[in-house]
Amino acid sequence: MLNRSNVIYCYDGSFEGLLCCVFESYAQQEIPLDIATSDKCQTMLWPVKEILTNIQNAQRVQNSIAPKIGTAALDLVRRAFLTCFAQKELYILLFLRKGYRYGPAIMNMLTDEVVSPLFKAVKHLNKESELLRGFVRFSVFNNALVAEIEPKNFVLPMLKYHFCERYAEERFLIYDKTHGMGLIYQPYQAAIVPIEALDLPEADEYELEFRELWQLFYNTIEIQGRHNPQCRMSHMPKRYWKYMTEFGTQFRTRCNHDSSKSSSGRSTTSIAQAIWGDQVVEKK
Amino acid sequence: MDIFDKLKILTDAAKYDVACTSSGVSRKSVAGGIGNAAAYGICHSFAGDGRCISLLKVLMTNACVYDCQYCVNRRSNDTQRTAFLPRELADLTINFYRRNYIEGLFLSSGVIKNPDYTCEQMIEALRILREEYHFNGYIHAKAIPGADHALITRLGMLADRMSVNIELPSQNSLKLLAPDKSKHSILAPMGHIQNRIRENSTDLVKYRQAPKFVPAGQSTQMIIGATPETDLQILNLTESLYKRYNLKRVFFSAYMPVAENAFLPSIDTNPPLWREHRLYQADWLLRFYGFAAKELLDQDNQSFNPYLDPKCNWALNHKEYFPLDVNRADYHDLLRVPGIGVTCAKRIVTVRRTAKLSFDGLKKLGVVLKRAKYFITCGGRFSYGLNFKENEILQSLLSPTALRLYQQNYGFLPKPEQLSLFDQPSLVSSQPTQEDILKCLTGQM
Repeated sequence: MLNRSNVIYCYDGSFEGLLCCVFESYAQQEIPLDIATSDKCQTMLWPVKEILTNIQNAQRVQNSIAPKIGTAALDLVRRAFLTCFAQKELYILLFLRKGYRYGPAIMNMLTDEVVSPLFKAVKHLNKESELLRGFVRFSVFNNALVAEIEPKNFVLPMLKYHFCERYAEERFLIYDKTHGMGLIYQPYQAAIVPIEALDLPEADEYELEFRELWQLFYNTIEIQGRHNPQCRMSHMPKRYWKYMTEFGTQFRTRCNHDSSKSSSGRSTTSIAQAIWGDQVVEKK
Repeated sequence: MDIFDKLKILTDAAKYDVACTSSGVSRKSVAGGIGNAAAYGICHSFAGDGRCISLLKVLMTNACVYDCQYCVNRRSNDTQRTAFLPRELADLTINFYRRNYIEGLFLSSGVIKNPDYTCEQMIEALRILREEYHFNGYIHAKAIPGADHALITRLGMLADRMSVNIELPSQNSLKLLAPDKSKHSILAPMGHIQNRIRENSTDLVKYRQAPKFVPAGQSTQMIIGATPETDLQILNLTESLYKRYNLKRVFFSAYMPVAENAFLPSIDTNPPLWREHRLYQADWLLRFYGFAAKELLDQDNQSFNPYLDPKCNWALNHKEYFPLDVNRADYHDLLRVPGIGVTCAKRIVTVRRTAKLSFDGLKKLGVVLKRAKYFITCGGRFSYGLNFKENEILQSLLSPTALRLYQQNYGFLPKPEQLSLFDQPSLVSSQPTQEDILKCLTGQM
């Protein structure tokens, strides 16, 4: 059994870079104290070893995973790399070391101190991307679909297949604000690219109309006698609400629209009440 | 009337329909079309009542020739009537779908003119979606009882899932509250759909490209608490529907009072949400846990225990099954332990191939030890320091709400004293007798 050294591996943040750390760990016969990206390494007290990304070494490690530990393990490691788990790099390294030792059986050792946190982190990622498949809200600008999300995990690669298949003939962009990345698609080509910031133009009348129709639907479908905010929140945590159309505040056009129709000219508040129910209006 | 008003009226009229699932069918997108379907179903939002919104749930029209007393759209109800034009509805669906608001369309309808005409209107809307927009998303259509079989077949070719509402759990209640409907008129389309699904499955074996008929199966729903049927009757009906008609789901809807009627609960009654909840729990036990209806309820216990979920109740009544050793017990036996669900049971079976399980390990797998610890052993031993005091067992097995209810009804938690685990008559019998309550009150128990 190897003892842990007090070295910290420093890599470039790419998956290949991490695989090179695994390579280095075997080459030097040591287990690092931690693995961190270059920007975090500089403030640490422990000796830091810079691991340069070497595609050939990374390839050697990657090619060995499927035959030795199984494709499921490779998939797990790829997913684990996308999670927001703080020590994911170190745990991936420890998982792979154990995996080379035990073979595919490692995937059954769910109570293991290394495997269990990794599975938990991947479960969190899966859950979040599953939720976001439903919670992403597009707006149409110039006949292109644009959506913003703020996930904890880096879910874009997990959403890519789903949305590219669903909107195969559309042009769309999903902007991940947390990671500063965007999934861009135009018919039959998709890419995940870094995006610094996204400035969206004002929505046009046509777009606003559908937002309001959706808000109207959302508020009407609730059975008032069964109101249960706790249940809603446990299924749809509040941190997702920020970018969801149904909680938006754009009912300007709806009000204009109503007053133009009914000559009595209902006040904004009463219409807002009709749409949102009493509680919301009181709070405002 | 513009689209805003129509949407409001027709959503308002459709919201009492329970089914909003989008699961059961997996379909790839086609070139030039929009959308696909995922077998696991996707929830797009949750309404203020906590129910999932995955489909645009609307009626084609809320005008209806029938006069069912429990329904908001009954002929005698003084409410504004309107109808979607098929194209209007198709456009709305596509625009919502494009923005990822919804997973597809749930289309039901009041019966306008006659069942055939209503069905034709629905077919036209679905045809525009499927054939003009090449929409591949999910569509749930209600079969209109009384419509021609050819029309129902056509509807089924366009939809993914169909449903016929059984409405009320017995023939008598139907006769009383829905005089225009009968058990036969409801079960006939259900049987027809089932036969077509069966024929279609043999077609698919012969020709891979054969068009699919209702690939996500059919479902139904019934109203709970409007009529005097017991939980036992409802559960037996549910079980036989699953067996006879191969339904994918049976939904229960707690009755929301919508009208003053001598045959119905008064307008200020609360919907029996707890009863609905227990029925859904039992429904899951039937479908995924290998329970039979007769195990959960019988002639002596015709209603569910208000404090305990059906699985816990069953476990407390069958102490001869327990304790189970998690390292040896069969998968199907593990499923019967309160606190162990399908996912956990599968994980346990996987893990114990390579390692012996301990209580710490079980916790990591996601077993709810708080409840499970009274029923399982690891390596022949109960969890360390396990306390069989009634007070603690109650706190562990009852949900916080049920515990509050229990305390309200009995005024106090029973005195802490050493008791055998399963000797709790007040819990096991669902309706405490007068004597029990007296005992409780005098502190004898």
